[in-house]
Amino acid sequence: MLLALDTSSPQVSVALHDGVDVVDERVSEQPMRHGEQVMPLVDAALRACDAHRHDLTAVAVGVGPGPFTGLRVGLVTARTLAHVLDLPVYGVCSLDVLALEAVAQRLPGLDAGFAAASDARRREVHLATYDAEGRRVDGPVVGRADALAATLPPGLPVVGEGALLYPDALRAAGEPMPLRPSAGWLARAVAGELVELGDPEPLYLRRPDAETPGARKPVS
Amino acid sequence: MGGSSDEPLVLGIETSCDETGVGIVRGRTLLADAVASSVEEHARFGGVVPEVASRAHLEAMVPTIERACETAGVRLADVDAVAVTHGPGLAGTLLVGVASAKALAWGLGKPLYGVNHLAAHVAVDQLEHGPLPEPCLALLVSGGHSSLLRVTDVTATGGVDPLGATIDDAAGEAFDKVARLLGLPFPGGPHIDRAAREGDGVAIDFPRGLSSRRDLERHRFDFSFSGLKTAVARWVEARERSGEPVPVADVAASFQEAVCDVLVRKALDAAASEGVEDLLIGGGVAANSRLRALAVERAERLGVRVRVPRPGLCTDNGAMVAALGAEMVARGRTPSSLDLPADSSLPVTEVLAG
Ligand SMILES: [Zn+2]
Repeated sequence: MLLALDTSSPQVSVALHDGVDVVDERVSEQPMRHGEQVMPLVDAALRACDAHRHDLTAVAVGVGPGPFTGLRVGLVTARTLAHVLDLPVYGVCSLDVLALEAVAQRLPGLDAGFAAASDARRREVHLATYDAEGRRVDGPVVGRADALAATLPPGLPVVGEGALLYPDALRAAGEPMPLRPSAGWLARAVAGELVELGDPEPLYLRRPDAETPGARKPVS
Repeated sequence: MGGSSDEPLVLGIETSCDETGVGIVRGRTLLADAVASSVEEHARFGGVVPEVASRAHLEAMVPTIERACETAGVRLADVDAVAVTHGPGLAGTLLVGVASAKALAWGLGKPLYGVNHLAAHVAVDQLEHGPLPEPCLALLVSGGHSSLLRVTDVTATGGVDPLGATIDDAAGEAFDKVARLLGLPFPGGPHIDRAAREGDGVAIDFPRGLSSRRDLERHRFDFSFSGLKTAVARWVEARERSGEPVPVADVAASFQEAVCDVLVRKALDAAASEGVEDLLIGGGVAANSRLRALAVERAERLGVRVRVPRPGLCTDNGAMVAALGAEMVARGRTPSSLDLPADSSLPVTEVLAG
């Protein structure tokens, strides 16, 4: 049984895959609070399938890009579970999962390729481009939607929440397009080897905010 | 390895600041204290950068768990309980440890204890000096906290009673700021301590915060180090303006004396007022050699016994969390639930999460 989890969006998404298909998928009810919700969701998913932790055979985790704090919760959870249960752990770019879902759902209008975009906060998006089969062509990168849009072919359809947040810059693909990476599709992607599997390393894309101290300010 | 095998084997995780700590204890016997520090990555910023620390915790977490198990000579599967600091501290760094601890406890099928970082600073002394006297007085001083506590049971709600705390900067913060003023590296504590050995502690009469009669009425057991820090800055600037060299050793020694004097004076005043005969000093600043010496010297005259863990156990580490976790197990406390949050401003009275 494969356990998949993604914490790169404001929601925690958890799924179990039995080798044939997804047997349980659940999403956190409260936004944020990834740290509080991820393990209870994992626990609930296994219980719902009458499975035991020793039934797990691998762990897959979305490595972002996404807000750092939540992203780390997913990664440290996946790494620790893999370590303690002695399982392999695979990292997958969370935008690749959005792209795969769009292609698998036969979302119309993607024949000439498309992009996937998520909310990067600070008025920016994370964005990557894909071919019609959902293979990543370029990215992921982070930047303002209008600036990134200028680098794309005009009118390129975009899946993911980023397209809804910045409709002036990005053209949302048709309905119903995937908005946030789902652990269910992450699990299918890994089980079917439909995406590039990597290490569970976070895709931060931004350096930490840190300023080196300037000259001493006099007190008197 | 050490400890009798009927005592619980507890693994503790600490990530409240820049140290990724994983400790393993059996009862009150320390088996491993693995620490990975990101302090060097923060040095050029003059203080801990939360995002830099959080990234380092993620990378260090599993390797530090592995190292602790190797050192202790135990397998993860042998662990009876997992304890973790769930507050207070930096929100983003705490979360890495809490998330890892939950995965670990769940993966082992063992109970999880979300414990208070300050209470863990108290409990760690048991690993070195045996069971804590109850009640005892605890003076906790570090870069993040300065508090005076009356401890009757470090595992119980109501067992840790805060008598006083800093009303502005933590003592360790003042060490960092004064070190920077004197051109000494971050973290400032050990560098000030070293420089002060060559200096005269009574060369400059720096102020003792909250020690005037009026202040003592309202803040008898509280601390303030912000005024002291400003006084040191003014003194150094006046020197620089007059074109005279700054006597770094004397400034360091006099500053250190002012901090230690007020810490020890208030702690012993509290001991006398509470009728408590045992004083425990913990936290990173407890590694300061002058604080230890002054506390022992003055306490002896009052018949107060002083306990200070060795410096490696005073700074943040996983062993202290494991020590408190083991005490939770020994006293039959109820484990925390899997939705345990990280709480950056957790009050010291909340020793164990529900
Ligand atoms: Zn501390």
